[in-house]
Amino acid sequence: MFPYDKYLRRDKFPHIWCTGCGCGIVLKALLRAIERSKIPKDDIAIVSGIGCSSRTPGYLDFNTLHTTHGRAIAFATGLKLAKRTLKVIVVTGDGDATAIGGNHFIHAARRNLDMTVIIYNNYIYGMTGGQVSPTTPAGKRSTTSPHGNVEPAFDISGLAIAAGAPFVARATCYHAVQLDKYINRGIMKKGFSVVEVLTPCPTYYARPNRLGNAVEMLDWYKNNSVQIEAARKMSDEEKEGKVTIGILHDSDRPEFCEVYSQLSARVRETYKE
Amino acid sequence: MTGNEACAEAALFAGMRFFAGYPITPSTEIAEFLARRLPHVGGTFVQMEDEIASMAAIIGASLAGVKSMTATSGPGFSLMQENIGYATMTEIPCVVVNVQRGGPSTGLPTLPSQADVMQARWGTHGDHPVIAVAPSTVRETYDWTIKAFNLSERFRTPVILLLDEIVGHISEKIVYPLRREIELIERERTSRDPESYLPYENTDSDIPPFAEFGAGYRYHVTGLNHDETGFPTNDPKKVDTLNRRINRKIERYRSEIIAYSESSLEDAEICVVAYGSSARSAHRAVLDARKSGCKVGIFQPFVLWPFPYERLSQIAQRIENFVVPEMNLGQIAHEVSCATKRDIARVNRIDGGLITPDEILEEIKNVSIR
Repeated sequence: MFPYDKYLRRDKFPHIWCTGCGCGIVLKALLRAIERSKIPKDDIAIVSGIGCSSRTPGYLDFNTLHTTHGRAIAFATGLKLAKRTLKVIVVTGDGDATAIGGNHFIHAARRNLDMTVIIYNNYIYGMTGGQVSPTTPAGKRSTTSPHGNVEPAFDISGLAIAAGAPFVARATCYHAVQLDKYINRGIMKKGFSVVEVLTPCPTYYARPNRLGNAVEMLDWYKNNSVQIEAARKMSDEEKEGKVTIGILHDSDRPEFCEVYSQLSARVRETYKE
Repeated sequence: MTGNEACAEAALFAGMRFFAGYPITPSTEIAEFLARRLPHVGGTFVQMEDEIASMAAIIGASLAGVKSMTATSGPGFSLMQENIGYATMTEIPCVVVNVQRGGPSTGLPTLPSQADVMQARWGTHGDHPVIAVAPSTVRETYDWTIKAFNLSERFRTPVILLLDEIVGHISEKIVYPLRREIELIERERTSRDPESYLPYENTDSDIPPFAEFGAGYRYHVTGLNHDETGFPTNDPKKVDTLNRRINRKIERYRSEIIAYSESSLEDAEICVVAYGSSARSAHRAVLDARKSGCKVGIFQPFVLWPFPYERLSQIAQRIENFVVPEMNLGQIAHEVSCATKRDIARVNRIDGGLITPDEILEEIKNVSIR
């Protein structure tokens, strides 16, 4: 049995999440990834915004910062730059990271500051009761798209890659074992890493769209996910309606803290008496 | 040097080592100065994607124990409001410089105003305290930037430094204060061990001691109403305790925070109340009025919030007439009226022009004839 208790604030349970919510699966995967990283608890900061996923830090025994809606990455940027020994992990949701926080997300990817962003993508605003989000698929129902969503959806991982994130992976809550490996890879990556997790919201996404209960949603992930290696060999028609999972992007480019430290050293050398 | 340069220089002297900002006229020189200088002193400058992110970043940096600052003007100040409230609620020290320009909206980017006085007080939502200071000269800007950091550290609260386009851009020769005579205050660090540490403890002082992230304390920070442990609560008693404490911790120290200067008030029949760049013209107008035999003095608040109601109320026991020049439609005149229970003679400009000494002098004369 994995020693989850080592990382949990047990007195903060029971948690606020609904039955069948995927947030707990991601939380446990995150803890397994952290355990594998061997980074001391005191050196880890978990930063979140607002929403269901953003309640994760409250249950975790690290330096935890629950910020304003959409701004977790911006808070994390200041924290990391001021204390570079900290390993900063942001937990956020699809609405938090790509609607209200979309600007911070793409610029953090461009800046390539060392941090890991885990985005719980449940296609819906859960905390406020099931409104349409930037990742709600076209046609799907929510309380603010009662006749079906008229807008196309964001591809979060695609957005991260396009904006310059050097490490981007996607998993689902069905693929919990892969998920902790991806999160661990993200944590160990020097630079801005993004792990997108498709996570079920049986309460607010499944119900209006008649997608069944949590188990049926996990089954859907199982049956409709395609590993990146296989997806590369598939035509666009074959990939229609499928979710590509795996390490979607892994590259190296200069990390912001390192670049800034080099700049500081150069400036001080140039101008010293 | 200019006021903006004095502000940046003073911030470095105060120990500020993290600046996050977004370009906006007429504050940009502060960011430019610090982009040059911070790498020299081991600090960090980062230009963020907007003012919301800038405000968030300086809070994050301060939580790591580093004194931090941002600088902006009206439109950016509006964007920062939510996170200013977050810093207030979570009691994370930081300094926000607003070099005021004409508004509302995009307004007059290159011209001065003093129209953000009330936004500094009530810009963020909810019942909250605030400290805002308004220097009028380059030297005062140097001194008050350092004091802004001191107040922020002492009371664990964001402090608003209200400059305006005139104070920010005017170039004046200044004599630095003797460095050994400048007091620098650091936030009180906890002496407790991590096991017994309560990040939002209801201490006798109402100011909980601070522990920085990464120092072994592993506590929780949230903008939700929280109890002494820092975790969210809906318990009415605990909510009430926190909300009242964060307001009380500023209110009970009013006399320590409030600062003003008075001149020529001893025999005065008229009191001019002026702050920021309007005080520059007011001082001149009072000198001129005195030359023509008019008994007028000047009261200049350096700290606008909390407002010096008590002192103005005392002054109003002797003096009947008050003149308040300001580059807005009477934001501080209203407070002076509350404090003095007098009708206030107002000199207001909202056209981007500064208030001239003659305009104030004319109003002083009008009042003296009355």
